[in-house]
Amino acid sequence: MSSLSDKAADGRPGTGSDAPAAGAEPAAPARDSRVSLWRMLLRDRVATAAAAVLSLVVLTAVFGPLLVGSAATEQDLDNTNQPPFSFDDGWLGILGTDPLGQSVLARLVVAARTTFSVAVPAVALALAVGALVGMWAGYHRGLRETLAMRVADIIMSFPSLLMAVVVLYVFSPSVANLVVVLAITRIPVYLRTARAESTELQSRLFVDAARTFGTSSGAIIRRHVFPIVLPTLLTLATLEFCYVMLAESSLSFLGIGIQPPDVSWGLMVSQGRSYLQTAWWLTFFPGLAIIVTTVSATVLAAWARLATDPAQRWRLTLPRRARRARNAPAPQEAQS
Amino acid sequence: MFHFVRRRMLSSVLPLVAVLLGVFVLARLTGDPASLYLPESATPAQRAAFTERNGFDDSIWQQIADYFGGVFQLDFGESLRTGESAATMALRAFPATLQLAGATMLIAAAGAVVIGSWAAFRPNSLADRIASFLSMTAASVPDFWFAITGVWIFAVGLGALPTSGVSDGMLSWVLPVATLAIRPLGVLTQVVRGAMVSALSAPYVRLARSKGAGSVRVVSHHALRNAAAPALTVAGDLTVSLVNGAVVVETIFGWPGIGKLMIDSITGRDFAVLQAAVLLTAVTIFVLNIVIDVCYALLDARVRETATV
Repeated sequence: MSSLSDKAADGRPGTGSDAPAAGAEPAAPARDSRVSLWRMLLRDRVATAAAAVLSLVVLTAVFGPLLVGSAATEQDLDNTNQPPFSFDDGWLGILGTDPLGQSVLARLVVAARTTFSVAVPAVALALAVGALVGMWAGYHRGLRETLAMRVADIIMSFPSLLMAVVVLYVFSPSVANLVVVLAITRIPVYLRTARAESTELQSRLFVDAARTFGTSSGAIIRRHVFPIVLPTLLTLATLEFCYVMLAESSLSFLGIGIQPPDVSWGLMVSQGRSYLQTAWWLTFFPGLAIIVTTVSATVLAAWARLATDPAQRWRLTLPRRARRARNAPAPQEAQS
Repeated sequence: MFHFVRRRMLSSVLPLVAVLLGVFVLARLTGDPASLYLPESATPAQRAAFTERNGFDDSIWQQIADYFGGVFQLDFGESLRTGESAATMALRAFPATLQLAGATMLIAAAGAVVIGSWAAFRPNSLADRIASFLSMTAASVPDFWFAITGVWIFAVGLGALPTSGVSDGMLSWVLPVATLAIRPLGVLTQVVRGAMVSALSAPYVRLARSKGAGSVRVVSHHALRNAAAPALTVAGDLTVSLVNGAVVVETIFGWPGIGKLMIDSITGRDFAVLQAAVLLTAVTIFVLNIVIDVCYALLDARVRETATV
């Protein structure tokens, strides 16, 4: 009896090693448990900068249009194609003006909202559908798995941009249609990842135990599989955000994405293209906005992949000097 | 090996049919070709004659059956615009894209192996950080923006390169290939770097080092071979998405390839040409996937075992 209770007491701190990542924070080894994700982020200068830039872009997309008001659509034909970095026209002219005298800065801010209003729902939709179907297919295996993977193969085997071109040509190019098309073409990415992880998880001991106790498969997926798959999927979603944003701007550039009264970064590049020789700022700044946002998201995703992986997390919690010293002779991975 | 390839080909037939069917139905939803190809003054009788001649008055099932019947006899229909055989048009445009994609992947792969191995050799060194940051940026550049910025600097500003077309020999290749290569180069460099970092810390590399192998030999003979598998997977996916890039690049540079042909036939409602081009692209992608799987098996004995069972 006493040995049994001893075992139970001993067993608790050790659960972390049985189900890595399952217990996210509290179950991690003692040294790591004091370092919250937040403090870990602040320690990495590059990741902090990326997070700051990304937050700024998100805040701009949410609140920016309120600040610039109607400046994005205000035409001023006395001030057309003004070069950037001149303050003659107030701070809104800092990035120059377009052929209608509209402020490029104000248009960038409004376009940020349009770009996000396509990319965020598209990523969320693809993530939700892909994760659900993927976990379900991976947990049940058999026919359901084969079926889901075949459908994913079909979608993946066709270049996504071409599919979007065909679909958007059939249905009018609106924000809602863009979201649906981009989501459908990206679902297989999440589906494959979720399936791979849940296939592996469903053979693990703690899932077996839950099954033995008579837990329904829905509850097992929700409570035992989902929390472990989630960090991977969220990291993937950050990267996918970049992809979707680039795809949206490509479509807008080709003229079948966002349509003219609205404005997105890709559309701004496309509209500025005919003024390339006289007004380079019309295409340069929207492109720069896309690059800066994408790079920040990529850096943050790379950091998150390390931070959510128990086997790799030590790389971020070590003091900077020690980290450099330990990295140089290439340490062995904790997994092997 | 033969059995393995044959099984892969059989399992590829279903997706091929599905893709073709999807494009067939979607293309027919884009609108009535009669209103695009006949003058507005055309009488209803003329319209009916046009529709009947091209078989658009049959039920969609009948059209599908006719089309697939034709495909099995390698008859892909005729272009509505030029009256030429759709297969001829697609095959004529195909080499241009294939050359473009081949040159691109060659440059991207070679660059990624060199830069990635060099960065992985001393993880976290200054060179590694610079290479990592540059490859991330390269992977984030929108291709259309890169293309027109390149035109602005090198064609308009310096006058060194042509703005579009294929008439200037090698010079006309520079901008399209650079535009297409930038993203694969960035992504592949990151993958090669990651794979090489873990390969270089593996026991067999340390054994090779302790036996006195030089660093070049360790990288080229021991580490690279084992780091090749993940890079190969990503390279395959990148080649598929190269078709995406080709659509944009061929439109901007007026490159007479399959991407431009597809965009033109969508806007021109030239169904037969679109389907032929899509089928050709899809078949190419499937062949590519099989080639990648075979390369996998050649590289990795463990995969080869399961493939022959």
